[in-house]
Amino acid sequence: MSTSTIDAYVTSINTIASAEGVLAQVEAEFSAVVRAMDANDSLRAKLTDELLPIAVRQSIVEQLLEGKGHRITAQSLALVIGAGHARDLRTIAEKISAGVAKGQGRQVAEVRSAVALTEDQQSRLSAALAKATGSEVNLKVIVDPSVVGGLVATVGDKVIDGSVRHSLDQLKSRL
Amino acid sequence: MISTILSVLVSSEGGAPTYESHHWLLPETAEIIYGGISSVLVIGALIKFVGPMAKKALSDRTAKIQGEIDSARDAKANAEQEASQIRAALGDISSERTRVLADADKQAAALLSEGRARVAAEMADIEAKANSDIANASSRVNDELRSEITRLSAIAIERVVTQSLDDKARQDLIEGFITNVGSAR
Repeated sequence: MSTSTIDAYVTSINTIASAEGVLAQVEAEFSAVVRAMDANDSLRAKLTDELLPIAVRQSIVEQLLEGKGHRITAQSLALVIGAGHARDLRTIAEKISAGVAKGQGRQVAEVRSAVALTEDQQSRLSAALAKATGSEVNLKVIVDPSVVGGLVATVGDKVIDGSVRHSLDQLKSRL
Repeated sequence: MISTILSVLVSSEGGAPTYESHHWLLPETAEIIYGGISSVLVIGALIKFVGPMAKKALSDRTAKIQGEIDSARDAKANAEQEASQIRAALGDISSERTRVLADADKQAAALLSEGRARVAAEMADIEAKANSDIANASSRVNDELRSEITRLSAIAIERVVTQSLDDKARQDLIEGFITNVGSAR
């Protein structure tokens, strides 16, 4: 899908969610779905399988939201998947998050960790990233076992990699 | 005398009639005369008529023999000339044979030398290529071995690190990251 098409979807979802006053919730639910896709190869394969009927893929998303997702989220996801753009869900979610953060005068900080972070850790990490980048951040924590240990934070174009995976890769390249 | 003897003999035989007869050995005079004349005539006729013919026959025979001798001489001269030519040709053939053999020896020597040089060059190329291949194979094997050792080492290290990371270690890493990021600016 072209950038302009993605932007059109993002603008539409932002506009509708803002009008409904649920932009933050929709943004969080989009991010949750993308995180689930990242963590589950089978889920990603099913949602992007063009041979699988759209209705089946939409029902998978509804099951994923467990009926707790906002209807705007569910309908937006259904729209994107129904239009055959499931592969672009990550980009759309990132742009929605960036738009929300920008609207709040913030940046999106995507943090990957091998284990889930506590609320306290997330709070202190947000403060630390804000101090490091000079901008308040909206933290998006993704549990990624491939990190092994430590954290990888991405704020805009800046990547702060303190993961064990990074250390292992460096050691491997030195070997 | 003989007739005398004959007369004595006859008288001693008893007195047989005697008669005078012609000599028993000599012909009659007339016979001598006629015989002589006839002989002269015959001989003269022979000399006159047969002599030139015999002379001519002898002359022809002499000329024929002389012709044959001349022909034989010519044939001999021709044969000697041909023999000389053949000997010369033989001499030419011998020298040509010698020259051809010399050329063949020269060409054979050149070919042998060139072949040896070419074989030596090819052997050098093959040896160089073999050495290069051996070096490449050795380098490739070393690289593969090094790569495999690196891969196995990386797997082993990752496995050891992963297994040694307990919850406390993970939390320490997270806290360390937060502290480092917060103090970075």
